[in-house]
Amino acid sequence: MIDARTIFSIATRAIKANKMRSILTSLGIIIGVAAVIVMLSVGHGAQTSIQNEMKTMGSNLIIIRSGVATSSGARSGHGSKPTMKKSDGDAIQEKIPEIKLAAPVLEETAQIVYGNANWSTGVTGTDRRMFEIKEWNLSYGRMFSSTDIRSAAKVAILGQTVVNELFGDVDPLGKTVRIKGIPFQVIGVLIPRGQSGNGMDQDDVVYIPITTAQKKVMGISFPDQVKMIMLQAIDSQSTYTAQEEIRELLRQRHNLGVNKEDDFVIRNLTQMMEMMESSTKVMTILLGSIASISLLVGGIGIMNIMLVSVTERTREIGIRMAIGAKAWDIRWQFLTESLVLSLIGGLVGVVIGLLGSYLVGVFSSLPTKVSLIYVLMPFSFAGMVGLFFGFYPAYKASLLNPINALRYE
Amino acid sequence: MSLIELKHITKSYPLEDTQLKILKGINLNIEKGDFVAIMGPSGSGKSTLMNILGCLDKPTSGTYVLDGQRVENLSADELADIRNRKIGFVFQGFNLLSRTSALENVELPMVYANVPAAQREERAQKALAKVGLKERMHHMPNQLSGGQQQRVAIARAVVNEAPIIFADEPTGNLDTKMSIEIMNLFTRLNEDLGRTIILVTHEDDIAHYAKRIIRIVDGEIHSDERNEK
Repeated sequence: MIDARTIFSIATRAIKANKMRSILTSLGIIIGVAAVIVMLSVGHGAQTSIQNEMKTMGSNLIIIRSGVATSSGARSGHGSKPTMKKSDGDAIQEKIPEIKLAAPVLEETAQIVYGNANWSTGVTGTDRRMFEIKEWNLSYGRMFSSTDIRSAAKVAILGQTVVNELFGDVDPLGKTVRIKGIPFQVIGVLIPRGQSGNGMDQDDVVYIPITTAQKKVMGISFPDQVKMIMLQAIDSQSTYTAQEEIRELLRQRHNLGVNKEDDFVIRNLTQMMEMMESSTKVMTILLGSIASISLLVGGIGIMNIMLVSVTERTREIGIRMAIGAKAWDIRWQFLTESLVLSLIGGLVGVVIGLLGSYLVGVFSSLPTKVSLIYVLMPFSFAGMVGLFFGFYPAYKASLLNPINALRYE
Repeated sequence: MSLIELKHITKSYPLEDTQLKILKGINLNIEKGDFVAIMGPSGSGKSTLMNILGCLDKPTSGTYVLDGQRVENLSADELADIRNRKIGFVFQGFNLLSRTSALENVELPMVYANVPAAQREERAQKALAKVGLKERMHHMPNQLSGGQQQRVAIARAVVNEAPIIFADEPTGNLDTKMSIEIMNLFTRLNEDLGRTIILVTHEDDIAHYAKRIIRIVDGEIHSDERNEK
């Protein structure tokens, strides 16, 4: 067998001899590889943004909202008829073993003022369980204490955006801000989390004790009312299995008779997220497979040109055989040629694909994410396509009879 | 022991329901260092004999011993190896690789003999110098005259130190002056370097450069005589 360097130089010489043809042949591979990379990066980007969202929202989440109010047949949206109490959540946490934490939520958009600065943001009344669920720690200051909750203390924990808007460079700890005109002392600032998957600023938040929200800030129609309860199950499976138990317990607590509809809505966010995640996964696979078809078509183009090339170069093959080339030498020569063609196409395709994913990320709302494996995969696939579709022409060349090949005009 | 020993070599091709016999039992010995011309009208079977002698084709029956080795039943790859080591070819149509320099054309047999690249180039340069083309070794075949191309082909045939050179109508595409030049080169290779040369031609004046003239008629050896110069 002849050495790799010589065979490589023979292959590149043949490719250079027909520049235009080689470029057109590789074009199929270039487009295929670039398309696969762009498609995979779009799919991968969508998947990553969902995963990020899941991470920041908290894992294994169930949300319970108040039910639907019906007045003269017109149904309002979820939560329009307040029914949930903080104590409902506490009971669920206590009685249902699959549920680890139950954080109450009472929220409202409010104007918040410090000195001359003011800012409108979502104010959420809750307790420390919320931060445990979201796995969100303070960057400095302290958490709500049991005394804060019990005494409905006027203390607030701020997100970084609110701090930036109201305080600038001033240290906010211990300062007094006014929420709906009521003075609150800032006791802590949360670690910045940046944008969520759907582009919301997660740091544009203010947290106050649930009791304070209920009694002093937000209007409620009955004692202990909350807007919703955020539950965390012990694992993802339990978010499904615990639902029925929660429903039973709440119906019992709300004194709902057999014929009465639920006055609450249970939403399994884990289920939703898992569905979204698996559907983006399917989308990624689908996009990738469609793009792979163009790669396959590119391979057929290579085979076509290699077959033409073998026919055109029958005499060359005859000369090489007469001089001592074995079948294997001829096979390798043409196989190397199609491999080099497809790998050059693959390389150019990678560059264009990376550029394409970048441009899609910049100029469209689709998040794109490029990862090494999604670049190496189409590239090596291009190589395999070259080998696979190069094999038949190379094999055909190696079967030529030297006498006939030499006589070929 | 002769360099080439043919015994009862036949070659036939299937033609409709019969066999077309091209060679009808050739017995032939060629000694090392001989210069043989094979002559015959077209259709006589001389090209078929040449292909079998050159290990490009296999006989239908008979035995062929080349340099002490039975070759009539070898596989295609084994024959390729024999051609590479024992035989150099010179064709009527030169058969150089296009878009490939004279030097690289001469290197080709050594590529398939796995000679290291550096040594290949050095030996190819020497071979080209011997045929008087040192100045033109980087020229492509289409930049060379017919005579020069044939000299490149001869350099390619001798570079692997192959003991036998087969020349199939080597002057067929050349004018008289060029032909004389090429035939003198063959004579030198035979006399000075002791290469065995087997030449196929239909021209009497070309055949007269050889030491022995074999005439093939209708698939058989018609005459076989020493050539008195």
